Amino acid sequence: METPTPEVLEKLEHEALSSINAVTDLTALESLRVRYLGKKGLLTQQLKQLGKLPPDQRREAGQKVNQSKTTLQELITQRRDELEKIALSVALLRDSIDVTLPGRGSASGGIHPVTRTLERIEQIFSRLGFDIAEGPEIEDDFHNFEALNIPEDHPARAMHDTFYINSQALLRTHTSPVQIRHMQAGEPPYRVIAPGRVYRCDSDVTHTPMFHQVEGLAVDEDVTFADLKGVLRYFVREFFEEDLELRFRPSYFPFTEPSAEVDMTCVFCHGKGCRICQKTGWLEVLGCGMVHPEVFRHCDVNADRYTGYAFGMGVERFTMLRYGVDDLRLFFENDLSMLRQFR
Amino acid sequence: MLISEKWLRQWSSPKLDTEELSEILTMAGLEVAGISDAAPRLGSKLVVGEVIECERHPHSSKLQICRVNVGRKRPLKVICGAPNVSIGVKTAVALIGARLPNGIKIEKTRIRDMVSSGMLCSSAELGLDDDSAGIMELDKSAVAGVALTDYLELDDRVIELDLTPNRGDCLSIAGVAREVSALTGAGLKTPKFKTVKEESKQRIPIRLEARKDCPLYIGRIIEDIDPGAKTPDWIKERLRRSGLRPISPVVDVTNYVMLELGQPMHAFDLDNLQGGIVVRHATKGEKLRLLDGSEIDLTEGSLLICDQERPIALAGIMGGEGSGISETTTTLLLESAWFRPGAIAGRARYYGMQTDASHRFERGVDPALQARAIHRATSLMLSIVGGRPGPLLEGQDKRYLPKRDRITLRYNRVEQVIGIKIPEKKVDLLLRRLEMHVRRLRRGWDVIPPSWRFDISGEHDLVEEVARLYGYNEVPDASPRAKMVAKMAPEKRVNERLIRQTIINLGYHEAITYSFVDDKLQKLLQPEAEVVKLANPIASGMSVMRVSLWSGLLQAMMTNYNRQHRRIRLFEIGHTFTKVRNKYKEVRHFSALITGDLTPEQWGSTPKGVDFFDLKGDVEHLLGLTGRVDQFSFLPAKDPALHPGQCAELYRGKEKVGILGQLHPDLTKRIGVDQPVFLFELKLDPLQRGVLPKYHTVSRFPATRRDLALVVNEEVSASRVVEEIRRVAGQTLSQLQLFDVYRGEGIEKYEKSIAVGLTLRSGSRTLDDSEVDAIVASVVKRLASEFGAKLR
Repeated sequence: METPTPEVLEKLEHEALSSINAVTDLTALESLRVRYLGKKGLLTQQLKQLGKLPPDQRREAGQKVNQSKTTLQELITQRRDELEKIALSVALLRDSIDVTLPGRGSASGGIHPVTRTLERIEQIFSRLGFDIAEGPEIEDDFHNFEALNIPEDHPARAMHDTFYINSQALLRTHTSPVQIRHMQAGEPPYRVIAPGRVYRCDSDVTHTPMFHQVEGLAVDEDVTFADLKGVLRYFVREFFEEDLELRFRPSYFPFTEPSAEVDMTCVFCHGKGCRICQKTGWLEVLGCGMVHPEVFRHCDVNADRYTGYAFGMGVERFTMLRYGVDDLRLFFENDLSMLRQFR
Repeated sequence: MLISEKWLRQWSSPKLDTEELSEILTMAGLEVAGISDAAPRLGSKLVVGEVIECERHPHSSKLQICRVNVGRKRPLKVICGAPNVSIGVKTAVALIGARLPNGIKIEKTRIRDMVSSGMLCSSAELGLDDDSAGIMELDKSAVAGVALTDYLELDDRVIELDLTPNRGDCLSIAGVAREVSALTGAGLKTPKFKTVKEESKQRIPIRLEARKDCPLYIGRIIEDIDPGAKTPDWIKERLRRSGLRPISPVVDVTNYVMLELGQPMHAFDLDNLQGGIVVRHATKGEKLRLLDGSEIDLTEGSLLICDQERPIALAGIMGGEGSGISETTTTLLLESAWFRPGAIAGRARYYGMQTDASHRFERGVDPALQARAIHRATSLMLSIVGGRPGPLLEGQDKRYLPKRDRITLRYNRVEQVIGIKIPEKKVDLLLRRLEMHVRRLRRGWDVIPPSWRFDISGEHDLVEEVARLYGYNEVPDASPRAKMVAKMAPEKRVNERLIRQTIINLGYHEAITYSFVDDKLQKLLQPEAEVVKLANPIASGMSVMRVSLWSGLLQAMMTNYNRQHRRIRLFEIGHTFTKVRNKYKEVRHFSALITGDLTPEQWGSTPKGVDFFDLKGDVEHLLGLTGRVDQFSFLPAKDPALHPGQCAELYRGKEKVGILGQLHPDLTKRIGVDQPVFLFELKLDPLQRGVLPKYHTVSRFPATRRDLALVVNEEVSASRVVEEIRRVAGQTLSQLQLFDVYRGEGIEKYEKSIAVGLTLRSGSRTLDDSEVDAIVASVVKRLASEFGAKLR
């Protein structure tokens, strides 16, 4: 092996330099480093050759070799940085994807629009202090009719096309029997809503044999018709998120007196008159009234001391108005193409 | 009910147009359902004409050439093919230039070489009704040349009222007029009907046997009536506008009086009756043939009008065949009675015959009206068919006629119910407007309502009347106030909304299906269930109450499957119905169904059809909401609806709370679906019983994991292995993961390898290897002795 003369070092340095510059990948660069600077590297070996020099030259030559090592190390580091940068950009380029491709996974399902409406109704009334009451769907004649002041042969029974199981058991035609059960179960005051399924033996474009109602009942010592009006107005405005007007029309339900049907400003034409509201500007949405003393009597509530109001609404109707569903029967077909619109 | 506005205004005519009047009626509870013109606009070219000459058309056997006087100097020559055209007939003539409602314009035309200068019209051609059998035949007194619109007063509107069942008093012109007068303050011009004196002495006995149901029956015989008389045009027109067809003068008059005053009446041909009238209840086995030809089996207790021998009418509902008026009747018996509403109400519905009469009687007819109505009918009758009226024949038992009791209205009660103070003077005035008899008390009133207001029986009814007349919309809305605070649900109760939302997040759509289902389908699914049947189902496919939500969900699935959906995930929450020891039992259930691919079609992943464990995973996910998954266990089970080898029952502790599995492939095939379907049904309540989270100190010491591959017989269920490991390893086992089940090479037939990972950790120190080895060894030993498990 040659001794580290300046010529030899210069040659080595020169060789190394051109090799480093020529190298294009990190592995090759690493081999170069080993070749020159590794334990058995050419420069490292030069250091070992120092002993062969006359002592007066050793120091200077040693410095030279070390200088060369430093220079080469710097060059290699610099080259490594460059190559890493290049490698990274190549990798980034290689790993680039079309981010507009759809994501993977499972799509979420959805709530039935009628349930969605029921939940909103429940939320609004719970803010007004109403609890939720429930009752059976197979009812008896007493709770569905008798206690609600609809005796046998009352013309109002003709308006309820009742599904019978036998002479005593029937499918409830409205959620009003829950009023009775609730009042019989405890003492006033009462403040509840009763959501649920009801059944009528009727099926055409605007009737399905099953539908949903929400019944409301508030009884206390100072509950008035004015309160009823206020609560329903609050409800309708919250539900539709609009300042709709209400009008109360005298009507007849055997279990309330006074009784009223409630119209609200048509949400489609805002009262101007359209096909949906049959040019009247009003949509009938609720039935209500002050609890009939006969109903109180059946529930052992003192009708002189207590007054109360009750109301009932069709959930499908509110759903149709809110979301623009134009055919009642769609609700029970459960077609996914329809259900998917309610996520 | 249809109300002719002109007729109504003869009784009460407020200064309001039709729309304003309708609005007032609607807002007073007499809902106006529609307003229509009484007739199309006919214009001045449709006039009354008189046929003065008639001759056969030379080229036709059916056509006639008529000369028609239309009030001009020269009669018109008109060709007409109607069968009833004849000399002297007064009829409707469309002059040249007239336009018929159907759009036809009348021009001079040639019909088989003869010129026709106009057209004789049927009432159908004028758009009045659908009678096209012949030309209109007008009264002899009609004046030729007068516009038909003027002659028949066609410039009228018909108001359709939707009356509530409590307002039977408004089922007449008189009743609506009373209401209009009370609402608007316009006067009530009740016509003065004279009482008609008797001109003959003929009587028959009236005997009331069913006195409670018929406490008043007034009859009147009219002799020597003219059977050939015709109903005058003005009555026919009013009947038509009220939706009734003219039939014969006698029937038309009874109908007219019913429309005018609200008293349904009936007329019998006296010559067809044997002896007097008996009002009684039907006895067992009696039959009656009715006017419409149908024969009915009378139920015991049905109220009947009879002669000495047989029933002649179903009281208040319909007359019988063979006792009524015919074209040859010359002596008639008029009936004007009061029947107890309850005696009529159920019956009409029972016999399926809602008639104009029953509609009124079951809602209540004014018990003070009968004599007045019979006088009114007699005088109309005399002016049309002539004859000699006999005396009023009365059967009466005052004890059973409704009495008007005094009702006390407390002044403060109005405010207590309505919520505002209405001045006393105003309350007083409103009551009087309704023709209530009112007497002032110190703090209220004593009120006697008029005889026609059946619906008013107590103070609450008076409060309603005051509020109604005052105007519901004049009562200010009170702002919502709640003295009561709604109860919070307990925190540990799992909210139904959360359950719903959780399964929705798993990709399921909520369905709502009918509670009544197809008996056949349900029998296939749950052949042994105690089913609740409907007595009157609306369709054969909806005849029984569901015992499970599955049949509804399967129906919904089929709907979607038939509409090309293949990946279907549906759930429903609702009641199921069974009968247990004669009591109906309703239980809230939560069911779901999946079929098709696990994920929606997407790029970069291979589609995989759902299997049992996809469904089970979703169930476990839902059980997680309770915070106590550990309390639930799945056990292999059998169910007629499910695949015998892919069915599990779910228990919470010892309570069975649900079932899941693959729909039996046989059923899948039967319903026409060619991909497996998986279902679960859970009781909702056990799923809602959650726990309050309770914090345990988290161990700071490292955990050690050991994996075991255990070879066991196929019959050993994974859950038993897992449970056993838990039991043996005890507290130190912080996690147990079943991560593989392997069958195949290296494993005997009838065996499987179950791979589990045990994570062991102590709360107080770092476990050393020897401790871990000891625990694992005891686990392996136990599994070997219990299940014959070998380490792989």
